[in-house]
Amino acid sequence: MWSWEYTLEILPEILAALKITISATFVAFAVALVVGLILTLARRSAFKPLSLFAHGFVEFVRNTPLLVQLYFIFYVLPEHGLSLSPFVAGVVGLGLHYSTYLSEVYRGGIESIPPGQWEAAKALNFSPIDTWRKIILPQSIPPVIPVLGNYLITMFKETPVLSAITLVEIMQTAKMLGSHSFRYLEAFTIVGVMFLILSYSSSLMVRRLEVRLNLR
Amino acid sequence: MWFDILPSFWEGAKVTIELTLFSAVMAFFLAFAAGFGRLSKHKAVRILATTYVEVFRGTSLFVQLFWIYFALPLFGIMLPKMLAGVLALSLNAGAYGSEIVRSTIISVPKGQTEAAIALNMTPWQRTRLVILPQALVMMLPAFGNLIIEMLKGTALVSLVTLSDLTFVATVLNSSIMRPTEIFSVLLVIYFVISLPFTRGIRWIEHRLSAGRY
Repeated sequence: MWSWEYTLEILPEILAALKITISATFVAFAVALVVGLILTLARRSAFKPLSLFAHGFVEFVRNTPLLVQLYFIFYVLPEHGLSLSPFVAGVVGLGLHYSTYLSEVYRGGIESIPPGQWEAAKALNFSPIDTWRKIILPQSIPPVIPVLGNYLITMFKETPVLSAITLVEIMQTAKMLGSHSFRYLEAFTIVGVMFLILSYSSSLMVRRLEVRLNLR
Repeated sequence: MWFDILPSFWEGAKVTIELTLFSAVMAFFLAFAAGFGRLSKHKAVRILATTYVEVFRGTSLFVQLFWIYFALPLFGIMLPKMLAGVLALSLNAGAYGSEIVRSTIISVPKGQTEAAIALNMTPWQRTRLVILPQALVMMLPAFGNLIIEMLKGTALVSLVTLSDLTFVATVLNSSIMRPTEIFSVLLVIYFVISLPFTRGIRWIEHRLSAGRY
């Protein structure tokens, strides 16, 4: 049933595709970190249309499937003159999807800043930009770093969805290997075990980080 | 064009909603079983429950679905598509749900258990009459969010050719080649289905926080 010989034969190919999975994860995470912060700031904006737009965007993206959003980016945008490679479409889709989750995380961090900090910044005549840059963000980001870390792991686990728009990451590699040999068991099990090991060990690291941040 | 495509979307929507509801019910039971299992006095039960939760949280729904659908048949277990979909969705959501159950139960203040013991209640009475009613109320918003995640997760079953909303859309797209209209409508339909859940969670959260603190 389970063939170790076949497992060893396909393992190097799947491991090689791990590079794509990991780079897609980190690029998408960078997109999500930046867009998430922009969304948070836009939602707090005094300019009503902007905050309404940001709010609507977050609600819509959070309540629709990532897979369909990827199809939208990959199949609809070329109709309007914007063709993206599977990698770019994938990281944009994954990044935008999780930016809405990260914007909630940032919001939580910002709302936990005591009002006295805002008042002090105003009393010391800080400009709005300096208030954000020097007072609010430096205090609201560090406490949410473990939560951001957990989202990085979640995004890593979501990358197989990108295989649906033909990105050749580990899941797509496993699918192709499986369809060549009609043996899916080994390939999919390797992928599952790989995700389990990597995401479990990184979640332990995040937990350690959390404890250390709490001790301070 | 709309007269042709809307009925097929309706058929797909029925499958998507069915999948969500079946999986939600099963996930609910799994979440309680695993959540209580992790708090059990017996070490074997705790280890079993923890292994289940870590395995299904450590890999994604996508991998689990493909494993159940393509790898299980090699062990001689051939599941119909719908069952494979429900199984993957509920096992996955059950693992996340068990964390909701576990964390709310341990967040009920210890004094409640002590008072119940002082009143000479049996362990079962303590759980049923004192702990659960308080924990359930706290679980509701989190379970609502989980159902939305699950609804979004159902889109993945289209990849194992179960004819849900997303599958219907991809088939339509390959026959009439109008991605802009089809995928926009598809996104809006998902949003509309999830809307009552989002509103419901807001309402419950609002009710729960009323008159507290």
